[in-house]
Amino acid sequence: MDKKQMELLQGTLDMLILKAVSLGPLHGYGILLRIQQISKDRLEIQQGSLYPALYRLEHQGWISSEWGESENKRKAKYYRLTAAGRRKLQTEAEKWNRMADVIAGILQSTPEEV
Amino acid sequence: MRFWNRIWSSARAVARRSRMEREMDAELRFHIEAFTEDSVCRGVPREEAMRRARIEFGGIERAKEECREARGVNFIDSLFEDLRFGLRMLGKTPGFTVVATLTLTLGIGANTAVFGVVNSVLLKPLNYPKAEELVALHQVAPGAAGLADFETGLLLSPSMYFTYAEQNHAFQSLGVWVAGTANVTGLAEPEQVRTVEISDGVLQALGVPPEMGRWLSPADQIPGGPERVMLSYGYWQRRFGGDRSAVGLNLTADSRPREIVGVMPQGFRLVDAEFDLVVPLAFERGKLILAGFGYQGIARLKPGVTPAQADRDLTRMLPIWMDSWSNGPHTDPHVYETWKITPNIRPLKREVIGNASDVLWVVMGTIGLVMLIACANVANLLLVKVEARQQELAVRAALGAGRGRIVRGLLVESLMLGLLGGTLGVAFANGGVRLLSALGPANLPRLSEISLDTRAFGFTVLLSLLSGLLFGLIPALKYSGSRASLALGSAGRSMSMSRERHRARSVLAAGQVATAFVLLVSAGLMIRTFQALRRVEPGFTDAKHLQVLRVSIPDSLVKEPERVTRIQNGIVDNLAAIPGVMSAGFISKMPMEGFDAPWDAIYARDKVYSDDAIPPLRLFKQVSPDFFRTAGTRIVAGRGLTWTEVYRLRPVVMVSENLAREMWGTPSAAIGKQLREFPSMPWHEVIGVIEDVRENGVQEKAPETVYWPSLMGDLYGPGNLGAVRTVTFVIRSERAGSAGFLIDVRQAVWSVNATLPLASVRTMQEVYDKSVMRTSFTLVMLGIAGGMALVLGILGIYGVISYTVSQRRREFGIRLALGAHPGNVLKMVLRQGAKMALVGVVIGLGGAFALTRLMTSLLFGVAASDPVTFVAVAVLLILVALLACYLPARRAMKVDPMAALRYE
Repeated sequence: MDKKQMELLQGTLDMLILKAVSLGPLHGYGILLRIQQISKDRLEIQQGSLYPALYRLEHQGWISSEWGESENKRKAKYYRLTAAGRRKLQTEAEKWNRMADVIAGILQSTPEEV
Repeated sequence: MRFWNRIWSSARAVARRSRMEREMDAELRFHIEAFTEDSVCRGVPREEAMRRARIEFGGIERAKEECREARGVNFIDSLFEDLRFGLRMLGKTPGFTVVATLTLTLGIGANTAVFGVVNSVLLKPLNYPKAEELVALHQVAPGAAGLADFETGLLLSPSMYFTYAEQNHAFQSLGVWVAGTANVTGLAEPEQVRTVEISDGVLQALGVPPEMGRWLSPADQIPGGPERVMLSYGYWQRRFGGDRSAVGLNLTADSRPREIVGVMPQGFRLVDAEFDLVVPLAFERGKLILAGFGYQGIARLKPGVTPAQADRDLTRMLPIWMDSWSNGPHTDPHVYETWKITPNIRPLKREVIGNASDVLWVVMGTIGLVMLIACANVANLLLVKVEARQQELAVRAALGAGRGRIVRGLLVESLMLGLLGGTLGVAFANGGVRLLSALGPANLPRLSEISLDTRAFGFTVLLSLLSGLLFGLIPALKYSGSRASLALGSAGRSMSMSRERHRARSVLAAGQVATAFVLLVSAGLMIRTFQALRRVEPGFTDAKHLQVLRVSIPDSLVKEPERVTRIQNGIVDNLAAIPGVMSAGFISKMPMEGFDAPWDAIYARDKVYSDDAIPPLRLFKQVSPDFFRTAGTRIVAGRGLTWTEVYRLRPVVMVSENLAREMWGTPSAAIGKQLREFPSMPWHEVIGVIEDVRENGVQEKAPETVYWPSLMGDLYGPGNLGAVRTVTFVIRSERAGSAGFLIDVRQAVWSVNATLPLASVRTMQEVYDKSVMRTSFTLVMLGIAGGMALVLGILGIYGVISYTVSQRRREFGIRLALGAHPGNVLKMVLRQGAKMALVGVVIGLGGAFALTRLMTSLLFGVAASDPVTFVAVAVLLILVALLACYLPARRAMKVDPMAALRYE
């Protein structure tokens, strides 16, 4: 396992969850795996904080849940993105990209430019 | 949308609490097991895999708690907890709960009652369909001196009505009306009833359909046609017992039979007039002239037309009016251009409400201040209570309760108190509204419409919550942040009083004194106003022993003017012969009787007048001999009238003192001068100058008045007599007002003519009281508010001081044990109270100075910043505050050192 894991930036977990379920319905554990897989294990996610985040997102109506069956025939709760969640993800992603550009721009600036 | 989603999700979570818990359990268990499963697949032993899964996950219980939080389960759960806890706390301190609830009930109840009145009178639309389109055709005429002071402005003349009604573009319908009286005979006893005479267009403008039958139609307005009449609901009930066959019957009004065509519904009023009969005006178009400005105009605007546009429309029609009519041969119709007649129409609601809004808003404001004081009082009580609970709060904070949670707990408790007070307050307000309608001045507009509606209830709920928030927030914010260690350490072992701890309470008490000061000053100013009104000589004396009543002799009953005067003379003689009567007389209108008398210009023989200017208009009255002596109106110079002069039609006249001074400099210079109303009238010699009479109420300036004899000759050519037919009889007697006396009076009138009804039978005191009703109503209301404020404010000071004394028992005990003089302890406590009162009074001075200005329009003969009132109230408040401190201070002085020290 790669030991150079980064801690998640504050407030980005919600966005990552939305992104993860946007690719298809997942249960909580699946979401965890999906995020780790996409990030190539470079992100460290506190498992304990995953579920409160899921409950919060569902409470706000961005994801919905239903009980289904897992790959190994166990009962599991699956989450899917709602229409409102899709819009939310889009605006969050745009905001994030803009922010990243600005920060990158600042960090790359040279003394001549300032 | 998302909001409802959240509410729904929380509600579901709370409702299916156990199911949610089960699901949450299952979900988390699945997570751990799946994690374990994966590790096992990678070759980790099951036992170790399970352990690792748990470690990786972290605190399961904390995660669950956070999940619940996310769903809003905790918020609602803990709110219920707070509610239960709050109720328990209120139940545990019944004394506090009862006092606080009572204070709030009084405050909220009084506010709800007054708001109910303000809402019914000022805020609700008038009781007509689409009332916002209705306007009063008000117009001003700055060029017509005399008429210009008239509150009513320049009324409309019939010819003006025809021009406006036929040529306008701005109105759906338009009409004129005037209130009057008529004698109804043939039903029971002869009765004088209130009428409104209306032109076509009035009922159409108001748009209220009849209860039954039909409206008066344009055909009913044709002079000489069949005479018709409509009844009010009340009169229909009273005289016909609500019998539906009344329509079609005949009613004899002023000796003429009129067919009843309809009944107006219950509660219908014409603008502000209550009436029994609606009678058509039936103008004779061919005989109309320009003048005759005696009718109120009312109209309904076309949709979308503004009052300003309608004003322009009326202005456009004024020249048309002057060109279409005339005042007779050899007169210039354009003389009215000098009057500068300017239409100034206003919403009908404003016309109805009149100046009542001043009074009501002032009363609402003062009652609002009382509410503030009540809140301060409850806040003070709460502070004491919360202080006693400080230890408990500190323990809760130490155990991890957030500041928000503690604030919420305290707020829930105070909101419950507020709602409790509000609920009881509504019951209280119900009685209060009834009291207000009974107490309210009879001329308070829309008195019959006063009730508590949903808006008033909404107001109560809002007020309850707001006040709960207001008095709850102060202790909540003050104590929620208490340092746990500090509170835990010191509570229960109170050292001597720390200033810090009592500052909030002292500030509140001083604030109460300040507010009470403002209210008491307002009440004081009203008392001074009332005194000033009492000092004004109204133009009659000893009103209690002055009986007045109105009798009208229509020409359908007695045709010849001289016989009218003979009958009136007979009545006066009969009245004067009643045992206990000193004298009797009559006049066309007594002061403050609440209707208009005629006004016109007069010309003096020794003055020169230019042709194109009309001299100022004067109030005209007609009097009988002995009237002035009976009413107690002084004759300043010259003498009064005699019956011989009346019957011989001697051209004599009397004038008021202010008129005499204006025209000839001194009252005595007026005697012997001559004047007349118009050129064809003989010159009349001034024989007497009469003291000024406050015709329109004591607050109003006395108008310049001309007193003509009740019977005059050659007015409109030789042999054409004129007698005043409707007069107020005035009788001076110690027995005035008593039932036995009234029987004698009736007998005296009816023994001359048995068909004459007596109307408006009152003593002059009642007339006077009614005219100062506005002032006395305001006085009573402000008195009540001031009294409540005084009591609550004093209770506030008393509470603070006595609490302080109980806290400082130990300190006082030590001081006394060390040899302090008891008098010094007393002084110390008194000084603290005096300081609070002084600070309150100083703040109150500033507040009162700013606020009493708002009630200037209600004051008379006293400035809004009257120093006497201010000083008196300040002294009163400080004295009473010292008294309130004295009781606890005496307790402090008598502290037994040994007992106090042992007690700790």
